[in-house]
Amino acid sequence: MTGELGQLALCLALALSLVQAISGFVGASQNNIRLMAMGRGAALGSFVFIALAFFTLMFAYVTSDFSVLAVFQNSHTLKPLIYKISGVWGNHEGSMLLWILILGAYSAAIAMTQPGDGSEGTKLGARTLSVQALIAIAFIVFILLTSDPFERFYPPPFEGNGLNPLLQDPGLAFHPPLLYLGYVGLSAAFSFAAASLLESRNDAAWVRAARPFALMAWTALTLGIAAGSWWAYYTLGWGGFWFWDPVENASLMPWFVATALIHSMMATERTGAFKSWTLLLAITAFSFSLIGTFLVRSGVLNSVHAFANDPRRGFFILMILLVSITLPLILFAWRAPKLTPGAPFDVASRETGIMINNLLLTASAAITLTGTLYPLVLDAAEGIKITVGSPYYNATVVPLFVVLALIMPFGPIMLWRRGNLRAALYSLRFAGAAGLVVLLAVLAIVRPYSTLGVLAGGLGTWLIAGSITDLARRAGSWRRLFHLGAGAWSVALAHAGLGVVAFGVAGTGIWKSEGTEVLAPGKSMNVAAYELRLDSTERVQGPNYIADRANITVLTNGRPLTVIHPERRQYPVEQMTTSNSSIRTTVISDLYVVLSEPRDGGGWVVRAYVNPLAPFIWLGAVVMAFAGFIALGARIAARVRAARSAAAAGATEAAQ
Amino acid sequence: MKALAALLALFLLAFPLAPVFAGAQPEEDTYVAPLADPVLEARAKAMQKELRCLVCQGQSIDESNAPLAADLRRLIRQQIQAGQSDDQVKEFLVARYGAFVLMKPPVRTDTYILWFGPALLLIVGGLVIAATILRSRKRLASDPQPEDLDLPA
Repeated sequence: MTGELGQLALCLALALSLVQAISGFVGASQNNIRLMAMGRGAALGSFVFIALAFFTLMFAYVTSDFSVLAVFQNSHTLKPLIYKISGVWGNHEGSMLLWILILGAYSAAIAMTQPGDGSEGTKLGARTLSVQALIAIAFIVFILLTSDPFERFYPPPFEGNGLNPLLQDPGLAFHPPLLYLGYVGLSAAFSFAAASLLESRNDAAWVRAARPFALMAWTALTLGIAAGSWWAYYTLGWGGFWFWDPVENASLMPWFVATALIHSMMATERTGAFKSWTLLLAITAFSFSLIGTFLVRSGVLNSVHAFANDPRRGFFILMILLVSITLPLILFAWRAPKLTPGAPFDVASRETGIMINNLLLTASAAITLTGTLYPLVLDAAEGIKITVGSPYYNATVVPLFVVLALIMPFGPIMLWRRGNLRAALYSLRFAGAAGLVVLLAVLAIVRPYSTLGVLAGGLGTWLIAGSITDLARRAGSWRRLFHLGAGAWSVALAHAGLGVVAFGVAGTGIWKSEGTEVLAPGKSMNVAAYELRLDSTERVQGPNYIADRANITVLTNGRPLTVIHPERRQYPVEQMTTSNSSIRTTVISDLYVVLSEPRDGGGWVVRAYVNPLAPFIWLGAVVMAFAGFIALGARIAARVRAARSAAAAGATEAAQ
Repeated sequence: MKALAALLALFLLAFPLAPVFAGAQPEEDTYVAPLADPVLEARAKAMQKELRCLVCQGQSIDESNAPLAADLRRLIRQQIQAGQSDDQVKEFLVARYGAFVLMKPPVRTDTYILWFGPALLLIVGGLVIAATILRSRKRLASDPQPEDLDLPA
């Protein structure tokens, strides 16, 4: 019964999306306030019904209702509750439902925040919601026709197939929702841009309206990618944090473009510069989200993420992709030439910095896209197989980020329109000196030599010192430091966050040590300054697995420091073995120990890594995301204040 | 991907076929004894990062649990021990598995787009930026009183 309820809810959400699409377009063109209000109501209603469908599916998972095919295929009664809940999106059908749930949430947020007084903003909001509705319609139809999560089958078995053990991890609870919050959030910027093009508007009103959504998307995407990287780090058992795997690239490309977008939006909102480019970026950013969805969901790329290899699904998403990229681009080609340029600027200006930022970031996205797709194209066209792996990206994308990091501290220090390069260089003299000192120190001390490590160390220092310089320059005194606007703080923190990431890259690149040995109980191995003694191994019974657990004493200078327990788990239902590494972190450094397979002659293969500064990689991403939240919070607070003062003055919102 | 799997099966007749995702193999032997000479071992270690684990998802043999990856780690050590240079070892593996085994694609006519595309992109982008600045400066000359648009400190 619940399954049918979910299906019905999806159909109702589809119907309301149709209402949302039509009433927005028609209402805006006839300037009919009531019709536009109906569009907003439909957006809220549609979200409610998608949420109902989603929770219905979650109910089926939690109660192990195996008459629902997707639940049978991906769940098991013995699976812990958290994985029954997060397992809802640990498969194709459920993850698409999560996708439209988040799309619905963004539409509802747009409906609630855009004005309804019949002003120009009302029309822009109405058309934006119509475009959002078109995307929702496409994806709901996709789900109903090719990926029905509520499909029944008979007779229902007593037990399900279980979930891929690699996905039975707390990471599944955070990584996909955050990533989708980012991917799908870019739809808001896309829809506002499309609405502005439809209205043939020349102003930056759409940018003002779309910026909070773009910031939210960027922040969530940053956290989602970091969560995925951390998950890969502790799950895959090799101590690596980024593999340039095609599926990782699928999430990184939208991040590159979204980062370019939030910078370009700043310029367009502030001085009217880059009007058409910002529109194009908003369209491109969401297109990359769709490309990512296509690559991951179609089965073109085979991996733990590609849950289903049904060509029909891939074809459907490809069609959605083509239509939603081409239509706005045609609209863009038609309307963009009519846009007038914004305020002019000089060579030395923040605008120039943003242009270089945008070139480097979009080039990174284009290179990553080529590197991800070209092997597939070459294979399909010529039958020639090549690999484009991390050494390729280290040689192409990483140098662009070196240049990006070099110019980043100049951005916030330069003025809009007419900056002063010499003054900026003078302000940054200490930051530059600090970066250079660290670079030379690393170069002098560290053996074996690592180019990436040396550069990352120097640039990380330069970025953090640059942020401090900018804050100090703006504040002038300690007392005023905390009275600085949220804008200054968020810029400084976002840029410094990348510097923190660079430290992590430097540390793992320069000082990483590792060792693999066969240890019999009682025997020890050494890695960096640690001695690891395998005391014993034992069989332990988990909820849905049996594990060999090692008891390993970590010693430094002969003195016991702690006991760690890496595990090797066997999942009988899924017939898989996973290695659950044990990580002892001091924030400054990670000791990472993996229990590998037992050897015939007795003893176990134990792999150990010391990854200095590795936690900085995710810490830096959290700092960047925090910066995003500050910027977002400040915007929301400003809106609330404006609305309050408008209400207090008894003025209409149109008056401001 | 089915075609890929079939092709790999052909390639790897001598090896047990492993599930596609690393970390999931039930029967493996991932321990590879390091070479006694630390210089040779460092070379082997560096080369591991340059070679692809053919049955994994874009991982190098340096970071994979798959039996094939361990076999290749052993193989390159044998060859290095036998006095082969890095290039000779790579050539041997390319002859055996094709360029697919190299993490970094070779520079060939069919990979020009990968190796020269980025530079072309940057040149075109750089020209567009230069043109935009020039146009903007021309307008700036006829706009002598720019308002200060920076955020108040």
